Amino acid sequence: MNTTFIPLNEFRSQMETLRRDKGMDFLRDMIGMDWGEDGLGVIYLLENSATKENISVATRTTDRVAPAIPTVSDLWKIANIYEREVFDFFGIIFNGHPNLRRLFLRNDWVGYPLRKDYDESEAVNPVRMYSENNQNDCTYTLAEDGTIKQIPDTLFDNNEYVINIGPQHPATHGVLRFRLSLEGEFINKVDIHCGYIHRGIEKISEKYPYPQILALTDRLDYLSAHQNRHALCMCIEKAMGLEVTERTQYIRTIMDELQRIDSHLLFISCAAMDLGALTTFIYGFRDREKLLDIMEEVTGGRLIQNYNVIGGVQADITPGFAEKVKTFCKDILNKLNEYNDVFTNNIITRKRMLGIGVLSTEDVISYGCTGGTGRASGWSCDVRKRHPYALYDKVDFKEIIYNNGDCYDRFLVRIDEIKESVRIIEQLIDSIPEGEYKVKTKPIIRIPEGSYHAAVEGSRGEFGVFIESKGDKSPYRIKFRPMGLPLIASMETMLKGNKIADLMAIGATLDYVIPDIDR
Amino acid sequence: MYDFSIITTAIDQFLRSLMPSGLAIFIECVLVGACVLVAYIVLAIIMIFMERKVCAAFQCRLGPMRVGFWGTLQVFSDVFKMIIKEIIDLKRTDNMLYNLAPFLVVLSSVLTFSCLPFAKGMEVLDFNVGLFFLMATSSFGVLGIMLAGWSSNNKYSMIGAMRSGAQMVSYELSIGISMLTLVVLSGTLQLSEIVSRQSDAWFIVKGHIPAFIAFVIYLIAGNAETNRGPFDLPEAESELTAGYHTEYSGMGFGFFYVAEFMNLFIVSGIASTIFLGGWMPLHILGLDGFNAAMDYIPGVVWFLGKTFFVIWLLMWIRWTFPRLRIDQVITLEWKYLVPIGIVNLLIMTLCVVMGWTL
Amino acid sequence: MEMKKPIIKSIPYEEFKDNETLEALIKEINKERTNVVVGALDDLINWGRSNSLWSLTFATSCCGIEFMSVGAARYDFARFGFEVTRNSPRQADLIMVAGTITHKMAPVLKRLYDQMAEPKYVIAVGGCAISGGPFKGSYHVLNGVDKIIPVDVYIPGCPPRPEAILYGMMQLQRKVKIEKFFGGVNHKQKKEEQTDNYPLVITNVPQEITDKTEKEQ
Repeated sequence: MNTTFIPLNEFRSQMETLRRDKGMDFLRDMIGMDWGEDGLGVIYLLENSATKENISVATRTTDRVAPAIPTVSDLWKIANIYEREVFDFFGIIFNGHPNLRRLFLRNDWVGYPLRKDYDESEAVNPVRMYSENNQNDCTYTLAEDGTIKQIPDTLFDNNEYVINIGPQHPATHGVLRFRLSLEGEFINKVDIHCGYIHRGIEKISEKYPYPQILALTDRLDYLSAHQNRHALCMCIEKAMGLEVTERTQYIRTIMDELQRIDSHLLFISCAAMDLGALTTFIYGFRDREKLLDIMEEVTGGRLIQNYNVIGGVQADITPGFAEKVKTFCKDILNKLNEYNDVFTNNIITRKRMLGIGVLSTEDVISYGCTGGTGRASGWSCDVRKRHPYALYDKVDFKEIIYNNGDCYDRFLVRIDEIKESVRIIEQLIDSIPEGEYKVKTKPIIRIPEGSYHAAVEGSRGEFGVFIESKGDKSPYRIKFRPMGLPLIASMETMLKGNKIADLMAIGATLDYVIPDIDR
Repeated sequence: MYDFSIITTAIDQFLRSLMPSGLAIFIECVLVGACVLVAYIVLAIIMIFMERKVCAAFQCRLGPMRVGFWGTLQVFSDVFKMIIKEIIDLKRTDNMLYNLAPFLVVLSSVLTFSCLPFAKGMEVLDFNVGLFFLMATSSFGVLGIMLAGWSSNNKYSMIGAMRSGAQMVSYELSIGISMLTLVVLSGTLQLSEIVSRQSDAWFIVKGHIPAFIAFVIYLIAGNAETNRGPFDLPEAESELTAGYHTEYSGMGFGFFYVAEFMNLFIVSGIASTIFLGGWMPLHILGLDGFNAAMDYIPGVVWFLGKTFFVIWLLMWIRWTFPRLRIDQVITLEWKYLVPIGIVNLLIMTLCVVMGWTL
Repeated sequence: MEMKKPIIKSIPYEEFKDNETLEALIKEINKERTNVVVGALDDLINWGRSNSLWSLTFATSCCGIEFMSVGAARYDFARFGFEVTRNSPRQADLIMVAGTITHKMAPVLKRLYDQMAEPKYVIAVGGCAISGGPFKGSYHVLNGVDKIIPVDVYIPGCPPRPEAILYGMMQLQRKVKIEKFFGGVNHKQKKEEQTDNYPLVITNVPQEITDKTEKEQ
């Protein structure tokens, strides 16, 4: 991957040119970097959503005490939250950012963990057993004399009826926290808190050799475990120049699609549960179990399979695999009709979802909401079509696109995608070629110096892996593009003026997974 | 037909022969009260067990299986646990109201429960404005819910209580109108009288189309009145954690839980009383042998059978539909149910005046 | 009256692991003699408690999905009496810590535990909750929930299979069956125990106090 470095003083104007004149409207990812003596900086991966042209630009500053970079949060909406993430991990101040606070860590956290000189000892950051005081929230800016200035945060004033949804709440799918300011049932302001399941995977990865990092990717978004691991394996293989066999490609593609069906089934269940239809929730889980049986037989794991490895897959498929998958595919299409009868076509479901939480195509691109959410708003953002990998350029499938961008469309996209996944599987399952399922690799894997990027279509959007290597057996910096972070960033636009019950409908249909957001 | 009043009269005479009538009446009152409470609890336990099994059946599960044969003792173990569960004292709550609220809810449902005519001669509170009294007692349950939400000092509870207030007060109207429709048909407010006037045909048959419309409206409104899905917004699990009873533990929560189920029973009981003939057996015109055979089945069985059928219908609805949103709930009531109900009332009046009933 | 061995319906006593811990507990309880009536009541209460363990809906990551599977059609924990998952900690008897607990989540978890009404039990589900699991080396992960709350049963696995979760819940049932409500050993923690072994969560600290403590440090 070739990264163009832009000097700091030209940075802002160059980015504006890229955004406005070159049409780079999709900020794929923003990677904070600590180059040691070369300073701190940020790599921006940009894409033109019309021409699918990709570039990567970077900028850096050598000041380690008060590093500052101009903000781009007014050019791309998603940059707002990405810059908060970079500030949280590297302490880089983004000049002009409207609300620069920590995103994942507590506001009384000491130090910036992803810097190379971060002190990890318990004494600096013990387990603080008192609640985080939101009154201490403040926004950081750079004063004119070069010092960091704190401005107390006045997001909510004392007269507002502020309610916390989460971190422990049944509808947030884990430990996300919303602070809502309510006017009766209506939502006035939203503030999203992440980080309750921030496990520091990117930092641990810098200590582990490559094959060990693989295990961590499964636990990012556990409902697209295969795809996540596929992306990392692909990135490492690309860097090493390793060709995997045809058989591996077949197996990986089929497993990716099975995983997608699994995830979408869970999506249907959980969306139904959030809207109060518990029976549909159980139906979804009932059918998902059949899929898990197949997965378990092949990989040995139910939810987290640890199946892909560098150069292939862990074990060959079992003899009855094809038959079972075919039976399942036939079965699931019938079951989809059942869900449609019970839930999708139900008048209450339609009333709850139609026209709620609308995201326009521009918003979706600007926020970088890929996956079902993007496609429901009419953005053709499927990585399988945009940058085909594995066997996706050889199979025939349709990219499901809806145009209304409301909750109901987001729900339908997933149902139709299950059908498309079944089509892909049916095209491949009978023609899996004979051959090795795994290419022999050296016991210790080192990848040559440089930076590498690979992306796959995860169950809920584009999952990207960025590796910066110095030629060691573990990466210098590894960054996973979270699929869910853009989704929750876009919630603010959707929620304003809606009711509390709509929060559940919107949250359910966005289909985010918290460990993937927090990493 | 069996007449339960033979037994009650016998007990009454026996007591009066032993002691002065004042004391006898006092003892009878205590006895009746105890019977009502026992029946209340037994029915609640049956209902909770039924809910679990019915819900499990809809969801392709088995439901409770391990405790007792087919899980029959499951609810008892829940009750034992609930009784000895710690009741937490909360800081900065209105303690008196906080502790009063569950009792108000239970009191309301026990009072309403004792209005139901279980069989001939087996009614506790039965006087000439029975239906009116029943509506009055059932409507102060909302007071308990509002108090619970207000006094808990919890924002979720507060929103739940507000939702519940808006919802229950609104749907009270539809219930009233649909009951009124039947009162027009029956010409009396006394529950025992309403039942005995259905000896030739149940009101849902007698009143044909308007009675059936009233029945549907009553079921929808009754479901909303009991805060059960799809109208369970006050305690919407995925939105407000547990709604108005979020802060209650132990028996405080237990009272709400039991009252919710008993309200379901009461709503179904009233439905079976005023629409489906109460304890009146099924009679088909012309089949005398069949009718005589039906008369051998005791009235209690008929009443409970009809009631549990309606309960089953409501459970079916609860476990199928997703939840409504608060504005949709209110819209449904004020824009659809109330106008339809009023027009229906007029039609019914017209039918009765013109003698178009069956 | 003597405390007997805890029996789970249809599963032989010997098939359970770690019987020694339970037997030691029984021995300790049987040291004190109890009245027959009180003992019978204890048995009744234990029967009630152990067959009606309602868990709090609490999940942070992967294990939560398996926990949901346990509640769904194939595994269906309602069969054992773990019927309802309550969303309010006040009404729950059991907290299943399913998933990684991070530094930011730790006070929240402790607070949830404190909000629960006695008797309350804790099950640590999965490697992360037991020891930090694959994220042990991380700067932001709590290495085991037993550092902040007392754990009754540990269920290993990453994530544990639904069968394992059911087994763990049955183990908890066995543990509940040998408690004493009246006199003797009760599950309820003493005040001193709580403050000595586990840190207390302080919420809504007034600004002046935090400033003062910071200055002292």
